[in-house]
Amino acid sequence: MPPEPQVTRRPGALAFSGPLRMSDAEGLWSAMQEKAAESKERKLDFDLAGVPVVDGAVMALLVELRAELAAQGVEANFINASPLVQPLVHLYRGDAPPTAIRLPGRPSMLEVLGDAVSHLFEQLRRNSGFLGELLGSLGGVLWRPAAGNFQAVPSLAARAGADGVPIVLLLNLLLGFVMGYQSAQALQTYGANVYVAQLVGISVTRELAPLMTAIIMSGRSGASYTAELGTMGVSQEIDALRVMGFDPMQFLVLPRIIALVLVAPALTLLGDVVGVFGGAIVGVMSLDVSMQSYAGQLKATVLTSDVITGLVKSAAFAVCIALIGCQQGFSTTGAAAGVGRSTTNTVVICLFTIVVVDTLFTIVFRMLHV
Amino acid sequence: MTATPIIEVRDLRLGWSRDAVLLESAAFDVREGEIFGILGRSASGKTTLLRVLIGLEEPLAGSIYIRGIGPPRVGAGRPPYGVMFQSGALFGSMTVGQNVALPLQRYTRLSGAAIEAMVRAKLRLVGLEEAMHQLPATLSGGMLKRAAIARAMSLEPALLFLDEPASGLDPVTAAEIDRLIATLARGLGLTVVMVTHELGTVNGIVDRCVLLDRPTKSIIAQGVPAELRASTVPSVGQFFRREPAAT
Repeated sequence: MPPEPQVTRRPGALAFSGPLRMSDAEGLWSAMQEKAAESKERKLDFDLAGVPVVDGAVMALLVELRAELAAQGVEANFINASPLVQPLVHLYRGDAPPTAIRLPGRPSMLEVLGDAVSHLFEQLRRNSGFLGELLGSLGGVLWRPAAGNFQAVPSLAARAGADGVPIVLLLNLLLGFVMGYQSAQALQTYGANVYVAQLVGISVTRELAPLMTAIIMSGRSGASYTAELGTMGVSQEIDALRVMGFDPMQFLVLPRIIALVLVAPALTLLGDVVGVFGGAIVGVMSLDVSMQSYAGQLKATVLTSDVITGLVKSAAFAVCIALIGCQQGFSTTGAAAGVGRSTTNTVVICLFTIVVVDTLFTIVFRMLHV
Repeated sequence: MTATPIIEVRDLRLGWSRDAVLLESAAFDVREGEIFGILGRSASGKTTLLRVLIGLEEPLAGSIYIRGIGPPRVGAGRPPYGVMFQSGALFGSMTVGQNVALPLQRYTRLSGAAIEAMVRAKLRLVGLEEAMHQLPATLSGGMLKRAAIARAMSLEPALLFLDEPASGLDPVTAAEIDRLIATLARGLGLTVVMVTHELGTVNGIVDRCVLLDRPTKSIIAQGVPAELRASTVPSVGQFFRREPAAT
């Protein structure tokens, strides 16, 4: 059985004995720190006379402790190292002046505030730069439509639309179903069972279907735009486009915005239909409302303007999602970690923006009586 | 080889701000028909210099003229040069052939069949004809570089910028890329500006070069590689003899 590693304190030195290996590093690190703290001397050498072998992990800790002591004004040198141990001392620069440890100072409140404000302004500058560049490119395409990358729109629309249909249908169906159930008890209390059609119809067409579809698009298309453009940026593909004379806004961003704006209202319309159908299932199953009565009530109470406001909202959400997704993709830096960070940002910013825009729309529509 | 400068760089200062300067007072000429190397240790500003030369970044000061016109600007129509990026930067969603065809579709009125024939010829030139319908993700490092060179050459530029064409490749593949660049440059009369720190490339195919130095933020040597190898300036000799810096 090999001897246990030990640290003992004697005048002017910490004496180490036994093999110093990584498996004992935890105990050794606490022991050597404790013994060093007990010493009040200005010189505390590390005596390695009793050490037959030391590995890199423990040597790193010894060198670190030496630097910590030096920062406190205590001189510590490695002494009596055997010919077997001395090369490792040299390799880890234990025989050179200790590297000064610079602990990062805690930033003051003012510095934190200053950093936050500066970051905010930088973000604003970038975002307005992005928007300005985009508007310029949009003007360019309107002036010379041949410059637009319209052939990319169908495949982008298919990816954002057709591939997203199943999840949009399922979630909106469930949403209509839940809306119906949640209102069922209250409606039954007042004997107003048939109004489930109005309740579900209006809330789904005006609010829930556009909102739910936008949330799904944020996670699918917004995040995918960021990841795709971010990876293109990191792998210099966007630079390559620029030097080949392509405008990345025209080539990459505008087709994505167009694709999403085309697809979002279509998905929302599908969401409207299945959401209303979800409410009908509840009406028929729990509220003794016939399918005919449900349809009649729906026709009488849900106006075309309800559906149109939902579609207008969904198109606006689509613009926001595409813009945020592309802007975050373009501002991605720093390889894979950067792409992951930007993708997360996209989803969070999209959700926030969608809710804010929805609120604004609600106020405006209310003011316009639509 | 003629001595006409195709690129003239004068008093160039590169960096991010007045306090973060990478290179100062850089001045050199690139002559028509030569393979010109931009050399230096890591973080000495080689790639930044290349990005400034192709117009992707702006210098803090100084002037660059390419064929007497300057400064270079991207997005201003058909580019007067081809560029190969270090990573290849092929578009991952397109096949190799589509990548090479893209500039041709953008700037020519050639028919699809004519473009395909030109793409096939370009890929044959770099030894990659069989990979025409493959996606970049399926290519090896050497094949990616070849495909990127083919795309850079698709519009028949007289000037080619290459960023680390042989980096990250095994010695044999690196030598093959070097030979390809030399063959294309000599055969087509191209002027090639390449960023590299591969001594094999420098010694093998570079006609003249500049050596950037990080500590002094300057060009510490320029000329023919053989002359620079014999330089008595310590940091120049150190670079060419592959010696570690004193610690």
